[in-house]
Amino acid sequence: MNLYTRRKLINTFNMTAAVLTTVVGVMLLSWILIVLIMKGVGAINWTIFTEMTPPPGSAGGLANALVGSLMITMVAVVIGTPIGIMAGTYLAEYGKQSVFAEVVRTINDILLSAPSIIIGVFVYALMVKPMGHFSGWAGAVALAIIVIPVVLRTTENMLSLVPTQMREAAAALGAPKWMVISSVVYKAAIAGMVTGVLLAVARITGETAPLLFTALNNQFWSTDMNDSMANLPVVIFQFAMSPYDDWRELAWAAALLITTLVLVMNILARVLLPENKTR
Amino acid sequence: MSTMAEPQSGKVSFNMAAAVTKKSSGTEQSMAQKVNGVRHVPNGKLILRDVNFFYGNFQGLHDINVSFPERQVTAMIGPSGCGKSTLLRAINRIYDLYPGQRAEGEIVMDGHNMLDKAMDVNQLRAKIGMVFQKPTPFPMSIYDNIAFGVKLYESLSKSDMNDRVEWALRKGAIWDEVKDKLGQAGTALSGGQQQRLCIARSIAVKPEVILFDEPTSALDPLATLKIEELIHELKSEFTVVIVTHNMQQAARVSDYTAFMYMGKMVEYDHTNVIFTMPDKKETEDYITGRFG
Amino acid sequence: MSSTNTGVLNEVKSVAPINRSKLSFVLGDVVFKFTALFFALVVLMLLIGIVAMLIQGSLPAFQAFGWGFITGNDWDPVQDIYGAWPSLVGTLVAALIAMLIGLPLSFGIAIFITEMAPQWLKRPVGTAVELLAAVPSIIYGMWGLFFFAPFFAAYIQPGLVAVLGPLPIFGVLFQMPTLGGSSGVSVLTAGIVLAIMVIPFMASVMRDVFEIVPGSLRESAYAMGATTWEVVWNVVLPYTKTGVVGGVMLGLGRALGETMAVTFIIGNASQLGSSLLDPGTTIAAKLANEFNEADGLQMDSLVAMGLILFIITFVVLMLSKLMLMRLAASQEGSKT
Repeated sequence: MNLYTRRKLINTFNMTAAVLTTVVGVMLLSWILIVLIMKGVGAINWTIFTEMTPPPGSAGGLANALVGSLMITMVAVVIGTPIGIMAGTYLAEYGKQSVFAEVVRTINDILLSAPSIIIGVFVYALMVKPMGHFSGWAGAVALAIIVIPVVLRTTENMLSLVPTQMREAAAALGAPKWMVISSVVYKAAIAGMVTGVLLAVARITGETAPLLFTALNNQFWSTDMNDSMANLPVVIFQFAMSPYDDWRELAWAAALLITTLVLVMNILARVLLPENKTR
Repeated sequence: MSTMAEPQSGKVSFNMAAAVTKKSSGTEQSMAQKVNGVRHVPNGKLILRDVNFFYGNFQGLHDINVSFPERQVTAMIGPSGCGKSTLLRAINRIYDLYPGQRAEGEIVMDGHNMLDKAMDVNQLRAKIGMVFQKPTPFPMSIYDNIAFGVKLYESLSKSDMNDRVEWALRKGAIWDEVKDKLGQAGTALSGGQQQRLCIARSIAVKPEVILFDEPTSALDPLATLKIEELIHELKSEFTVVIVTHNMQQAARVSDYTAFMYMGKMVEYDHTNVIFTMPDKKETEDYITGRFG
Repeated sequence: MSSTNTGVLNEVKSVAPINRSKLSFVLGDVVFKFTALFFALVVLMLLIGIVAMLIQGSLPAFQAFGWGFITGNDWDPVQDIYGAWPSLVGTLVAALIAMLIGLPLSFGIAIFITEMAPQWLKRPVGTAVELLAAVPSIIYGMWGLFFFAPFFAAYIQPGLVAVLGPLPIFGVLFQMPTLGGSSGVSVLTAGIVLAIMVIPFMASVMRDVFEIVPGSLRESAYAMGATTWEVVWNVVLPYTKTGVVGGVMLGLGRALGETMAVTFIIGNASQLGSSLLDPGTTIAAKLANEFNEADGLQMDSLVAMGLILFIITFVVLMLSKLMLMRLAASQEGSKT
């Protein structure tokens, strides 16, 4: 066998392997999605939105968990977004390459990749233990800590894409720096910043671990953020791990709901962000 | 901003003779009114005295002494990196945005030293407009682009603001093209239109001086022609300083021309003098294309 | 418009605002800057708070067991004796399996997308992979528990045991589990599910770095008669290797810290089995299962394990940052 044939053979072998791995990967991932859709669609019906999570062995819905998730997520976004945006603004517009800014940047990366269950433990020690009970507030704070680094990083990236001349042009009209940033730079970067918030929401929508020790769960209707609160991820966890068929059905329904929401938000984020900025 | 203990510019009284003796060693002076290659223009709108500029440790400008006349167009030419843009950016202190950049000396407009630390930079900049190399329309409507700067210092009624926007757009020679789409995004205009929008935006705040930093280098010849005509019209009301790397443009639009090289003001005179009978060898070499 | 007078030439008024200074401008600048700075400090304080809490919370455990806590094999709430070793090993082994399986698969997918797929297929496949990276991990856990684990126990596990079980040394990893062998719940299945979870993530990072290879570099290699594989192996990979390693490290970080995908299928056994087919546990799974019911020394020990997990992911992140920085530096170098 001459050298050229050998090279061609190696190439064919490796390229076939690449195609095969793609096929295997795509098959596994579609298996997951198909299972999710089949099980989820079968379990979703109107009562899911109207009835409470049931006691074991009976039928019910997810209404309280949906509302709980919505409230916790909203509060988390309300807390986390301003912090992330302002801190990102500091890095992009003031701190730049200073040592302090680099330290904050590194810390942000650490927060971004910290296991989310650790954040649950932290908020447990910070809020649940002193208050003596689980609460929706604690869940929201835990999720906010996940929102902050995501929003911070996209904000900083998007602000640094705004051309310097834009800032100079606004300053040259006599605008003070804070107005240059708030009325010109933010406007130029708004699409990217909204994308960041959207991605953060998508991220926390499916987060389970940080809620286990903070909001926990509540079988009943409750809009009291000061009390333990039902939420979709923890309901999925508890119901799926249970031996009851009714509960497992509901878990699948909730799983499909969450995944759909997350995917829709991700697709929305892509549509929102102009093509040239995604790279 | 300045961290070094230099003597404060406000207290130093300017002495032309001292400047001459300091630097005129061996340079010939062809005209009585020209000191060290720089023509003295009495009653200048902008008077620069011993201006030095530093990027950190690098000195970008060396002892600039020059006076720009009111309601005339002054062009600054020179090879890349000669300091012409730096000088422009010193005049409205836009360099203040960047730590590590500082200017020394005096830039006097109407008796006020612009480089004085106590000077309110924002108000200073409102008096000195600036137009950049690339068009910089803000990400808002055409109307809001114009209104942005006006709102900073004046609270006008809706109808007064409408009048002001129209006035500025007319001055910027773009009114006819945009009057039916004031609500559209400024970024949707063509490059040349964007640049005229930016000029109108600068005019809207009623400055006294307008600085142009290579305003046509990103534009096609036709758009360039329009901007040049506009600059020519603007000098009836504004003092204009323009940096350009295009010598023909300098010859076309300006009344005075400054030739800069290596951060120094080599020669400054009436434009026709600079382009026809410059004093300095360097100027002649640059004009005739022998270097740069 | 004001006109100049000749008198100003020799005297300069030191300060003279053109008109009255606008207080809101000055005040706004100060307030805005300090608000931004304050929130940047909040981010700093968050991490300090997390680290301080983890250290403070885990002190009692380390005081009670010393460094032996890390190597301790027992987890006995009745006698109040705790050791992190089984969970720690479970965490590392599951993540290692995830990398062993996930790495070649993601590499293959990235090569397929960047080098082989026709133009019309590139974007859909690339986008699909990126979107799958966003699917919540709990979904992977549910699928693993209800579908993959039973499938694995029925079709793959017997084959593995029969083929690899008799091997010397390695064979011990593939013995039929003594308990619960039919459920498929084990360290190996957890590792496989983790692998499937990190594949979309690693594949999209790899695709991104492969795409930064300049077209001219690729073309000049092809022009010399190189095959696709040779271009990938000798041009693309060397050019992007630090970026690839950085992406893999980020994937590893995820696999190490993942809670939900693992908790469902690892079996949550407190003892360390010798076979990969035995159930086990990871630090994150242990926390998820026991934290709410724990108190006293058990709680302290759980927090101590949280600290260990945090340190591991921190080290992995720092390594990946280092790699990505080197990639950025080499790119800067090649540009000039």
